[in-house]
Amino acid sequence: MSILLFAESQQGKLKKGSAELCSYGFALAQQQNTSLTIVTVNCENADQIAQYGVSKLINLNLNVDYFEAHAYASALAEIAMAEQAKIIVISSSADAKYMGGVLAGKLQAGYVTNVVELPSTSEPLTLKHAVFSNKAFANTALEGKVNIIGLANNVHEETTQSTSTDVQQQDIHTDIKCTQSSIEQSQGKATIADADVVVSGGRGLKGPENWSLIEDLADALGAATACSKPVSDMGWRPHSEHVGQTGKPVATNLYIAVGISGAIQHLAGVNASKVKVVINSDPEAPFFKAADYGIVGDAFEVLPKLTEKLKART
Amino acid sequence: MKILVCISCVPDTTSKINFKDNNTVFDEQGVQFVINPNDEFGLTRAIWFKEKIGASVDVLHVGEASADPTLRKALAIGADKAIRIDTPATDAFVVADQISNYIQANPYDLIIAGRESIDYNGSMVPGMIAAKCDLAFVNTCVKLEIDGSTASATREMDGGMEVLRVELPLIIGSQKGLVEETDLRIPNMRGIMQARQKPLAVVPATESSSKTAISSFEKPAPKAAVKLVPADDIDQLIDLLQNEAKVL
Repeated sequence: MSILLFAESQQGKLKKGSAELCSYGFALAQQQNTSLTIVTVNCENADQIAQYGVSKLINLNLNVDYFEAHAYASALAEIAMAEQAKIIVISSSADAKYMGGVLAGKLQAGYVTNVVELPSTSEPLTLKHAVFSNKAFANTALEGKVNIIGLANNVHEETTQSTSTDVQQQDIHTDIKCTQSSIEQSQGKATIADADVVVSGGRGLKGPENWSLIEDLADALGAATACSKPVSDMGWRPHSEHVGQTGKPVATNLYIAVGISGAIQHLAGVNASKVKVVINSDPEAPFFKAADYGIVGDAFEVLPKLTEKLKART
Repeated sequence: MKILVCISCVPDTTSKINFKDNNTVFDEQGVQFVINPNDEFGLTRAIWFKEKIGASVDVLHVGEASADPTLRKALAIGADKAIRIDTPATDAFVVADQISNYIQANPYDLIIAGRESIDYNGSMVPGMIAAKCDLAFVNTCVKLEIDGSTASATREMDGGMEVLRVELPLIIGSQKGLVEETDLRIPNMRGIMQARQKPLAVVPATESSSKTAISSFEKPAPKAAVKLVPADDIDQLIDLLQNEAKVL
């Protein structure tokens, strides 16, 4: 019995979310009184995870240089069996969710996603996870011989330990079903998935030509930009920025919504964010009921001032 | 080309979510059930293929007879045939098992399932089917072109897009982008009349058992009232975010 945790990397470097995931893995191993094996794939700086507490660290040298779900799932399934893992921990990134179902299918494993806490019971393993687009939580018992925990973003505190472990290298070869023909990835820019702050604009911005207000504020905060559904439907912003129930979920530390009324579908997508600030000229906007802080005011006046003051601060 | 679209029936996006029986069961009272939005984007793309390049479109649901009106809606907007595997959808594993067994007995060139249902948000059924049927799989698919037996599928990643080339048969996890919101169809009278004549096959389930069991539900803790800051006092907002919320 041991715990296997998959820490993701991108272009050879650990992803930012690895710290939280590994901290959760360490706490889980302590709670379950077992060992923690962390697996990375094609990662050059895997040694940096040792500080989050780990019994064993394996880097797989896989024969594919992009994220291919079948290949990654096959490789992890092989290691999980070799390590006799009973629990596998993965993140909630797009890649992890791409692979998670495939891995569960291959291992005939129990699997829950969007997990927000350590297990409440061990026999059976019971996990609390967000359902109904963050409008509720379910407590679910995992009944597989092997079980997979998909940890939600931004739910566990990062902790470091004074352990050190050598990275074991292992070559692994699997079948590949999808061939990458091209990739476009934002470089050095915060993404909605891993940003600490997201600044989001709605119809209140009146048109795509005013988006520099959102972008300037985001720049001042090192934030990612997002938008409401109507804004992406009208083509003001790309679909990839649409956050909400049918768009992307947001679970940041700080979510700033500008000119977004706060339809129930939008709130569902951003509920998991820790602090929500709403700037809207309509004091009756439903978003104020779901917000922590609010300014009733004209975005065209408030945003430049806020951006300026935040820039002056740093 | 034979296309299968897997349909989940979920509470309408505006539904209030409540539980009953000591918070162990979702309370369906007053809830309107619809085709899961991520499935509907996929279904609409499938119908586009049918009309533009020629294809047959079947829709499949795992569940009980209460879903039949939703399947009729899928037929009314252009699917050719509906199949319902008659068993309670106890968890994702059972659903994926049932669909996989059906596909293995009735092969398709393209299988579409929403990347996530908006009720339990598991995001795992398409991947599980891919594993069980050993199919090429592209999740969070926002663009799909098919040329003969080859598909070009665009996957949305965190902070980017990737174009993948795959040989059919293929399963995709569908979502918005595959078609636009404005492409979604509302059944018209002719479609509704035709749907009555189209087959809705109820097939018995194969043997499978669930791997998870929900023991209870909880609602999030109620939120404290919003703190309003005057529009001319930005300093106060920054101070609150910095010193009270500690997020700056």
